[in-house]
Amino acid sequence: MYQALALKLTIVFVGLVMAAFIYVAARAGRRREYAEVQTRAYRIRGYWFWLLVLLGTPVMLYTMTRLPYSLAAQQAGQAQTVRVTGHQWYWSLSQDSVAAGRPVVFEVTSADVNHGMGIYDENMRLVAQTQAMPDYINRLAYTFKQPGDYRLLCLEYCGVAHHNMSAVLHVTAAGVH
Amino acid sequence: MTQDENAVIEVPAAAKRSVVAYLAVAATVVLLMMLFGLWMRLAQGELATLAPDRFYQILTIHGAGMVGAIALASVAVQWFFLNKYLDLSARVFVANLGLFLIGVVAILASVFLGGFAGGWTFLYPLPAHSMGIWGRGAAALFMGGLLVIGTGFLLLYLDIGRALLARYGSLWRSLGVPQLLGSTQSAPPAAVIAGTMVLIVNTLGIVAGAAILVMSLVNLYDPAFRIDPLLAKNMIYFFGHVFINATIYMAITAVYEILPVYTGRPWKSSRVFIAGWVASTVMVIIVYPHHLLMDFAMPEWAEVVGQVISYTSGLPVLVVTSYGALTIVHRSGIRWDLASGLLFLSAFGWAAGVIPAIIDATIVVNQQMHNTLWVPGHFHFYLLIGVVSMVFGFMSYLARGGRAPSPTRGGMLDGVAFWGFVLGSLGFVAMFLYSGSHSVPRRYAVHLAQWEPYDRIASLFAAVVVLAVAVFLLRFFRNLRNAVRAEA
Repeated sequence: MYQALALKLTIVFVGLVMAAFIYVAARAGRRREYAEVQTRAYRIRGYWFWLLVLLGTPVMLYTMTRLPYSLAAQQAGQAQTVRVTGHQWYWSLSQDSVAAGRPVVFEVTSADVNHGMGIYDENMRLVAQTQAMPDYINRLAYTFKQPGDYRLLCLEYCGVAHHNMSAVLHVTAAGVH
Repeated sequence: MTQDENAVIEVPAAAKRSVVAYLAVAATVVLLMMLFGLWMRLAQGELATLAPDRFYQILTIHGAGMVGAIALASVAVQWFFLNKYLDLSARVFVANLGLFLIGVVAILASVFLGGFAGGWTFLYPLPAHSMGIWGRGAAALFMGGLLVIGTGFLLLYLDIGRALLARYGSLWRSLGVPQLLGSTQSAPPAAVIAGTMVLIVNTLGIVAGAAILVMSLVNLYDPAFRIDPLLAKNMIYFFGHVFINATIYMAITAVYEILPVYTGRPWKSSRVFIAGWVASTVMVIIVYPHHLLMDFAMPEWAEVVGQVISYTSGLPVLVVTSYGALTIVHRSGIRWDLASGLLFLSAFGWAAGVIPAIIDATIVVNQQMHNTLWVPGHFHFYLLIGVVSMVFGFMSYLARGGRAPSPTRGGMLDGVAFWGFVLGSLGFVAMFLYSGSHSVPRRYAVHLAQWEPYDRIASLFAAVVVLAVAVFLLRFFRNLRNAVRAEA
């Protein structure tokens, strides 16, 4: 799950930025010549720039090895397929039951306005999503690890009953379906 | 350089009055929109009553109102300082305010009389598909109102462009590119460089926004005229992304211009500074696909560009502007008051806010965070703690006649309001981010019971922010009145 990691990284890095601002604010009252401050600050800025580049580049490149866009095409032969259509304000599914442990390809579209198909597990944790757009089919591949009743919620504002747009997808144990 | 305690920015009195009018309107709208925001958070926490259809109307008004008001305030900040360097038309400036007010009336009527609740992003084809909740006229009034507001801003940018060309000969030169390439002539001031960048990006953004608004209006009255939904989405998010980001790039001028007055140190347009702004000019234009990462029908290369440029977009903020604010303040002997405190805070808000934004722009993360409350979490971070602080910092400075530092301290009330704003804002955005990390969807009128505690805590912080901003606004009006009396 990326959510917990995202929160931890945000706390750490925002905390570091905050510490830098508090440090400077706390020492701002005693004046020193600007040329002296600048010389030191510009030297640190060079290190700071390269630190960000050296930290950010590997993360950026590594995360892009896991792009979700072509997974559906790669898994087409072995996958279970569920066609999902968004309507104001309900989902229609070609089938409401799939098996865990095997890839599922969701072919997602909309009959009216933009919707967003968000898949929530039984703990109401968002596990994957894609947009549901009129005139387009977005293909999302996802392999359920755990059986259970998953909920499809709408994640793109689609009108005044947007929050009511929900469906249940039953995920059965591997081999049972 | 010694600190000049009586440094006064020379701006014509008539221009200053126009800027005050802008800020009075914009800041009042911001406070009202904050109250709407508080109401929505209270309703999500079951602490206030708000029917879903009304909730989405308020959501629509909150989004449009905040974007419009913050843009209005930010352009006033930028225009004020550009007046130091450029011969700008006060008439065009006032005309923009007039068109803004006309647009606001249209939007208010569309929402509160017509029941329009299509969201401020008017995402095609939702305005035409209300399921009987609002009529075609209401949708047209909303989009027409946005169009009028956009037209006003475009006129203003054209005038700024005219003045830049008259003074510098080309946007290339007013952006400082010759100095970046090695010219030894003195570079344009920071405000001019920022003004050029905003002129370039926001003209493109507004034109794209106006085009999709007109296309949507035609579709509204002639459904046979269909728009490719993915094209519409690209145009809307390009416009929306550029327009809201431009508010930061306009309001940051207050940091560039006022912190030097407080610290007695210049904010020079160094080559690193120019490089940051030139890079930002390009990156703001091409980064917008990060709003479309969950549109799998988009070309994969565009999504990759969205992630890569989101990462690199953080560099100018973290390495140039916010780092520059730290440098200029460090060991400067600065005297803290509401203006300097808010401007310093704003540099933090912008720098820190890009962190959750970059994380969300990572495609694999976005698949589990997009359109959760993480998204308003990161944009409130740099808009509330960043831009709102810039605007109120500038207002505090302006209301005292543009003098720094304050000859008399603002007293305990300023201090309480400032720290209330700091803690309230941090708590408020933290609750958005925390809720987003727990998968709470954004734009939901009704929340599950398990999400309500987050909403209630967020409401408490939001109420503190509203009170603090109300104090900022009252102080602004009171100090203005005192300044007028002193002049008389």
